[in-house]
Amino acid sequence: MAIEPVIFWVFSTILVLSAGAVVTVRNPVHAVIFLVLAFFTSAAIWILLEAEFLALALVLVYVGAVMVLFLFVVMMLDINVAPLREGFVRNLWVGIPVLAIVIYELWVVVGEKQFGLDKVAAPAGHAADYSNTKELGGILYTVYMYPFELAAVILLVAIVAAIALTLRRRPQTRYQDPAQQVLVKRGDRVRLVKMAAEKKQ
Amino acid sequence: MDFLIDTWTGLPTVVQILAKIVLIAVPIMLTVAYLTLAERKVIGYMQVRIGPNRVGPRGLLQPIADGIKLAFKEIIIPTNANKALFIMGPLLALAPALAAWAVIPFDEPLILADIDAGLLYILALTSGSVYGIIFAGWASNSKYAFLGALRSAAQVVSYEIAMGFALVCVLMAGGSLNLRDIVLAQQGGVWTWFWLPLLPMFIVYFLSGVAETNRAPFDVAEGESEIVAGFHVEYSGMTFALFFLAEYANMILISALTALMFFGGWLSPFQGIPVLEAWFAWVPGMVWLFAKMAVFLFLFLWFRATFPRYRYDQIMRLGWKVFLPVTLIWIPVLGVWIMLGIWPFH
Repeated sequence: MAIEPVIFWVFSTILVLSAGAVVTVRNPVHAVIFLVLAFFTSAAIWILLEAEFLALALVLVYVGAVMVLFLFVVMMLDINVAPLREGFVRNLWVGIPVLAIVIYELWVVVGEKQFGLDKVAAPAGHAADYSNTKELGGILYTVYMYPFELAAVILLVAIVAAIALTLRRRPQTRYQDPAQQVLVKRGDRVRLVKMAAEKKQ
Repeated sequence: MDFLIDTWTGLPTVVQILAKIVLIAVPIMLTVAYLTLAERKVIGYMQVRIGPNRVGPRGLLQPIADGIKLAFKEIIIPTNANKALFIMGPLLALAPALAAWAVIPFDEPLILADIDAGLLYILALTSGSVYGIIFAGWASNSKYAFLGALRSAAQVVSYEIAMGFALVCVLMAGGSLNLRDIVLAQQGGVWTWFWLPLLPMFIVYFLSGVAETNRAPFDVAEGESEIVAGFHVEYSGMTFALFFLAEYANMILISALTALMFFGGWLSPFQGIPVLEAWFAWVPGMVWLFAKMAVFLFLFLWFRATFPRYRYDQIMRLGWKVFLPVTLIWIPVLGVWIMLGIWPFH
């Protein structure tokens, strides 16, 4: 028996369950942790698709950095979720039809009518010397050069904007100058005083 | 001998891989145990003490005694702790430190998983090890533990960026993400190992590695003078031991990676030197790798005995304002260097 279907079903089951848990668990910290699990398992499924660069980048960027900061914030906030869930049953009659429509739309767009095996053949495995990283690099720096550069510039603008928002001089803030701190000599801080011994009365 | 090889190749692949995993993981655990002893001894001698010398000849059985003691201690779970996450914390701290060894080449053919994106795999896994600390800090439901976890998370995320850029330089110089190819690209003796052309990156990488493992002088996550023991203050027995194992396993991993990426891994230091190369040709490559790792591990211990702990703002300044700009400048410099084909890149 081939092992790929087993791996696929195990990981996709975990993925769907953890994605569901993200929106159903009560504790927001648990929800974030389930989101991390969902990212991690989808990375595993990408590896099954021989897209190891994307999978590892997903783990590195989202699991390793973005979600850590996210978790950080959620832990600090200490949200009380009970009031947020008050209207759960009351709004169910809106929620269920919306959910049904979303599922139907998804099925229409990515269902077997568009992506069935008769429309798109199962991808053949790549040769042993196939490198996903090399292929991505080649395409990114030739065919998609301009979109890639554009995305980079947009991200740079976002970084500059975020820094500009926080970078304002406030008069009451005090700054340290490490260069000055390092240059301090003993004489700047300690004064040795010579005194004549005093006699007891 | 033939009989042994036949039985080995006759085994199912899964069994073979499992046996290899055991062959890697068990020595790591033993190394961790004796690294703790080495640490106490080295720091002891540096501070003009003797260090542990009671258990076994010259204290050699001390780590075994420590292990048995920790294994039989009661695991206390605080009343208001989040039980599942409290147990998961130490497990998540140790697992990435061990899993990363899958792609470490010990010699040219000796590698468990010879994958193409090995460097990326290691970066992805080590970035996940911060979860163990965050879970532990939050699930303990204690202020000290939480403060330690927050410090550690911010520190690890900051230094990971500099570390990642240093690795970008390594992959540019090596022309591959595969660790074996990176080592092979350094062939030609001590002067063509990447530590020389990538000297600033080597320093940034190793110091970021020290910061990533939360070791002194970057150990504000533990900071026993301010927050008792930081994220693992509520842990006892084996759960505490797992954090300990994870820290030391990470130290060994960082040493191995530094040796592989900047010091030619299993390559002999006498390569290209007329007489010595022939003399030392019989030494297996693994020995060179372990010798190089031992040097870096000694540096870890030496740092701990020498430097006082950084203040928190100084750690952040070093990571963001010193290491990050250095790496950002070195990438274009290295790019021009490689394009011009100046020594040692052709």
